Amino acid sequence: MTPPLQHGTFPLQRWRMLLKRFGWALFTILFVVVLNFFLFRVLPGDPARQGIRDPRLTPETIQAIRVRFGLDKPIINCFESLNPVKVGSCGVNPLDTQFFIYVKNLLKGDLGQSFYYNRPVKDILGERLWNTILLIGAGQILAILIGVVFGLFAAWKARTAIDYAALISGLVAWSLPTFWLAIILLFWGTNHGLPIGGKATPGMSSYPFMQQMGDLLQHLFLPTLAYTIIYMGEYMLIMRSSLLDVLAEDYILAAKAKGLSAFQILKDHALKNSMLPLVTLIAINLGFTVGGAVQIETVFSWPGLGGAIFEAVGRKDYPLLQGGFLLIAISVILANFIADLTYSYLDPRVQAD
Amino acid sequence: MDAIHTFLEVKDLKTRFHTPEGTVYAVNGVSFTLKEGETLAVVGESGCGKSVTMMSILRLISIPPGEIVSGEVTYRDRNLLKLSESEMEHVRGKEVAMIFQDPMTSLNPVLTVGRQLTETLRTHTNMDEEQSRQRAVTLLEWVGIPDAGKRLTDYPHQFSGGMRQRVMIAMALACTPSLLIADEPTTALDVTIQAQIIELVKKLKQDVGMAMIWITHDLGVVAGIADRVIVMYAGFIVEEAEVDDLYDSPLHPYTTALLQALPRADRRRDKNLKSIQGVPPNLLAEPRGCPFAPRCEFVKERCVNENPLLIETENRHKVACWVNVKTGALR
Repeated sequence: MTPPLQHGTFPLQRWRMLLKRFGWALFTILFVVVLNFFLFRVLPGDPARQGIRDPRLTPETIQAIRVRFGLDKPIINCFESLNPVKVGSCGVNPLDTQFFIYVKNLLKGDLGQSFYYNRPVKDILGERLWNTILLIGAGQILAILIGVVFGLFAAWKARTAIDYAALISGLVAWSLPTFWLAIILLFWGTNHGLPIGGKATPGMSSYPFMQQMGDLLQHLFLPTLAYTIIYMGEYMLIMRSSLLDVLAEDYILAAKAKGLSAFQILKDHALKNSMLPLVTLIAINLGFTVGGAVQIETVFSWPGLGGAIFEAVGRKDYPLLQGGFLLIAISVILANFIADLTYSYLDPRVQAD
Repeated sequence: MDAIHTFLEVKDLKTRFHTPEGTVYAVNGVSFTLKEGETLAVVGESGCGKSVTMMSILRLISIPPGEIVSGEVTYRDRNLLKLSESEMEHVRGKEVAMIFQDPMTSLNPVLTVGRQLTETLRTHTNMDEEQSRQRAVTLLEWVGIPDAGKRLTDYPHQFSGGMRQRVMIAMALACTPSLLIADEPTTALDVTIQAQIIELVKKLKQDVGMAMIWITHDLGVVAGIADRVIVMYAGFIVEEAEVDDLYDSPLHPYTTALLQALPRADRRRDKNLKSIQGVPPNLLAEPRGCPFAPRCEFVKERCVNENPLLIETENRHKVACWVNVKTGALR
């Protein structure tokens, strides 16, 4: 059997590197889990009083709320609260502390109960996450496709009118403020009879499936357009400059001297190399935008994760925020891990470091 | 001129680069011929137009900013400068191959060596994947890479500098070209590796029976490899001679100065090596007069105003100089 020439072998060295990266990703997630717990405990104020701001609440009721959310338990063993002066009793059963219960529930997939919705955080985030993935997925795919194609074209026609037009529109698209573009599109959509908020027309659920889908696509149109425009410019500019850099490399000249056609050079020698910076960028964007499409989701009242986190801040809904933060952190870490994987596939020089 | 033996003839080649700082006069009317199987060395300091001349022949200059203003490159009765781009692709790599200075950057880092080798074969021949793979193994063995069959799936970063240059050479020779242009192929390598590569290329040249143009700034390398030598200065050919003639009786003051700056085993060691005073001319100005005049110890008034043409003085020995360096008198 002859080994394939297209890709190199997958040596042990690379498996070791991937295992190492995976280990780091896990470690980072553990760190976030711990940090996330204490972050919300050092915030001032009594969560039990924040939820229901009624001055007539009796101390008994407040205590009942505290018990209901487990806030009556010590945070960790020996500490009643995070105030180091107020040392609590070390005689408490460590299994009966807030931290232990938090970790135990996390392992069971339980993210706690939302103060505001009075529903499991997991369920709320689950619904919101899918909406966000729908919006971001559509937006990212479009932005990447359009950006890469235009970027390649601009680099191929470098220093011509086409290139300059692409360059200027890319810069403009990239530098538009997200909220401003969203509001402009909102006005434009209103004048063209497009739905401008939410993800479905009320009462739509009683309609046939195909009609529901059509309605969803209509609602998706404006936020996706805004998202695509914002990210498209960035991808285009990076793709353009990356390809221009690669085309100036010695090995491109050497490939030309071998008698390869311009198309062969672009396809076989330039593309893979010029995709490297883009992979990093896509991974970073994907990771952050799971929680970062706040502006677009807010303007278009899109029921996504960004909107949920934004609202939870206003409502001091700590369990929801805590769950949201964890989800975002895990997304960023996972996206980076996937970028590492892709990178080591694209560039054989990335090995054990 | 004998049409059978002259298989490459370059006539009055002029290449310029249009940069934001102005026009760079890189090659200013270069003419030379090459016979089948002959080895020609092109010598000169950095920026004298050696590489640009050769890249113009293969039309590897990027246009813009480059421009081949005039000239004819007749290769086997075809003017390469008049061919279409797709006709040119059949010449490059198949009939005229080129190896470059830096093997570290001239191989694509993300493609396996086997892939890059077979690519040339599959572009220019109708070999299938298996045939081209077998041929690639033969090529790698030929250039002295041990365990060639296993190394096809390796990436360039898994090879040392000298080994990479061997791969580059294997790639260039894949389609047994009739002319190999070597652009300072040993400059980026260690001295011991340099010697190995030079020996390898000499051997391969014998095997293939191809002609070769060897660009270098190292006169020491030239003596061992070339039949004929061209000395370039500021985009002009200033002297052309058989290799022995050039070392024994250089006719141009620049060549004389170069040879005096070179340590030689057959000379007394108590004399210091001479360096050439001054700096090479700015190529941004349109050339006027002899380009070497400002640094020349024999300079006459005529040198400043009129550029001497390359004329044949003795048998196959050409020089572009107003002064006879042996007598110091005007020609």
